[in-house]
Amino acid sequence: MSSDIRARFRVERQRFTLDIDLALPGAGVTALFGPSGSGKTTCLRAIAGLERAAGGYLAIGENVWQDATRGHFLPTHRRPIGYVFQEASLFSHLSVRANMEFGQKRAAPAVPRFSLPEIAEMLAISGLLDRHPEQLSGGERQRVAIARALLGAPQILLMDEPLAALDLKRKLEILPYLERLRGELSLPIIYVSHAPDEVARLADHLVLLDAGKVVASGSLNSVLARIDLPAVFADDAGVVIATRIAAHEAHQLTRLEFPGGAIFVSRHQQPPGTPIRCRIHARDVSLALHPPQHSSILNSVAAQVVDLAPTATPGHLLIKLDVAGTPLLARITQRSAENLGIRPGLALHAQIKAVALLA
Amino acid sequence: MDSADLNALWLTLKLASIVTALLLLIGTPIAWWLARTQSAWKGAVGAIVALPLVLPPTVLGFYLLLAMGPHGPLGRFTEWLGIGLLPFTFPGLVIASVFYSLPFVVQPIQNAFEAIGERPLEVAATLRASPWDTFWSVAVPLARPGFLSGAILGFAHTVGEFGIVLMIGGNIPDKTRVVSVLIYDHVEAMEYPQAHWLSGGMVIFSFVVLLALYTFNPARRREG
Repeated sequence: MSSDIRARFRVERQRFTLDIDLALPGAGVTALFGPSGSGKTTCLRAIAGLERAAGGYLAIGENVWQDATRGHFLPTHRRPIGYVFQEASLFSHLSVRANMEFGQKRAAPAVPRFSLPEIAEMLAISGLLDRHPEQLSGGERQRVAIARALLGAPQILLMDEPLAALDLKRKLEILPYLERLRGELSLPIIYVSHAPDEVARLADHLVLLDAGKVVASGSLNSVLARIDLPAVFADDAGVVIATRIAAHEAHQLTRLEFPGGAIFVSRHQQPPGTPIRCRIHARDVSLALHPPQHSSILNSVAAQVVDLAPTATPGHLLIKLDVAGTPLLARITQRSAENLGIRPGLALHAQIKAVALLA
Repeated sequence: MDSADLNALWLTLKLASIVTALLLLIGTPIAWWLARTQSAWKGAVGAIVALPLVLPPTVLGFYLLLAMGPHGPLGRFTEWLGIGLLPFTFPGLVIASVFYSLPFVVQPIQNAFEAIGERPLEVAATLRASPWDTFWSVAVPLARPGFLSGAILGFAHTVGEFGIVLMIGGNIPDKTRVVSVLIYDHVEAMEYPQAHWLSGGMVIFSFVVLLALYTFNPARRREG
């Protein structure tokens, strides 16, 4: 695909050497995920041209921004990017409106896909335009910073832990806007984070970094469902599945459908058709050889064993399942696995004890 | 106050204004370079700029006099240009004052540039501002308190100089006789009332300048 992103960098740092070679999709949210010091931010800065990686190569679609073999390096101010830093970093000598117009003026003749009033509306900052940055809350500042980046008519949006400096309340205040952006902008977003909940909610594509190296790169679920890697989200092995509200049913339940099956959750306020992401932890999935008939567990789906691997917890195994194309992870004891005769290819039933709705 | 006093006052203000303007022009790039460079020369250049802070004005004046004299490099240059020698002229006084007041302008501006940090400049670059554009639209406005301090200190320090004026400019009425020198003359001539007028004026002027500095230059706002 011509709109893909190719990035190859090598940056020497005191604590680590970033050495990556990535092919990323030219649409959707790509999360760069890893512990601090893994090189996520350095990687993002290299894409922005803020970090000059020797021997680097970077192409966004057909535009080559950096190619060391030809001695080509496009300076940051000539790259059509939007960059949101961890701290909002608004210009303190300018009003909110002037901050937002800063990039817009300089992006000309490129025109942002949305006008200033539209973006202000989208991020709920219309009422703040005449204020000064120091009169805003942390969450408001970060929303202005996002708006400012978008008004620069970027071809790619780079976000460096935009929520990390905020407390939980502000975080929850901004996440819905980010989800909205993902939906309304047909703009690739590269999102650096070390927070599993943000990644699970926002990412379509996941790149795992550790000590400057790419550990895994793929669609969110294909990476989350890899059992050969140390659990991505620490102890919380599990998958994220994209579902859609199918119907609100009796007994205060809502039925969510996904390719491969349906699950019931407590009544949701959103109307049928609304997409919803669910996170299902491996520890909340148990296995049965026959369709469970006398069980209080509501959700049971037919699945096939793909693979199994030991977990960090002694005496437990992680089982990778395939539910008509949707991957699912289950964590069971080694003893149960032996009793049930779990092996790749075995058809069985996965019982889902709990579903975490994201959003 | 007689006309000699008024002339000296006018000359002093003219000198200080011209010197301040020149210092902002010369000092800003030096301050920017000092604030941003990682060159090994940073220390040496910073020390040279700061020399007038510690040297007696007579030492500085002595060497400037030699340099501007008929055998000095600056003197040969100005003679080659056909504008003659600078000592005991108003332009000579201006040049000497620029050297003398340089640190008072460079250091506040340098500090202000350093206080901005890397981030706002990076933000500007991600918003398509070229380095030149960034300098004018982000760095200078954010360093405004530093420019204000530098300009006020440079002006006031030039008004207050004495030793270097005597070394370079002498005491020529309407040309190089500034207020500080005139006060000395008055005192030597036992004209205490005139000396009082001018000295009192200097005290009030200095107080007002410093008051303005502290009033209009509140602690720098936190970056948003």
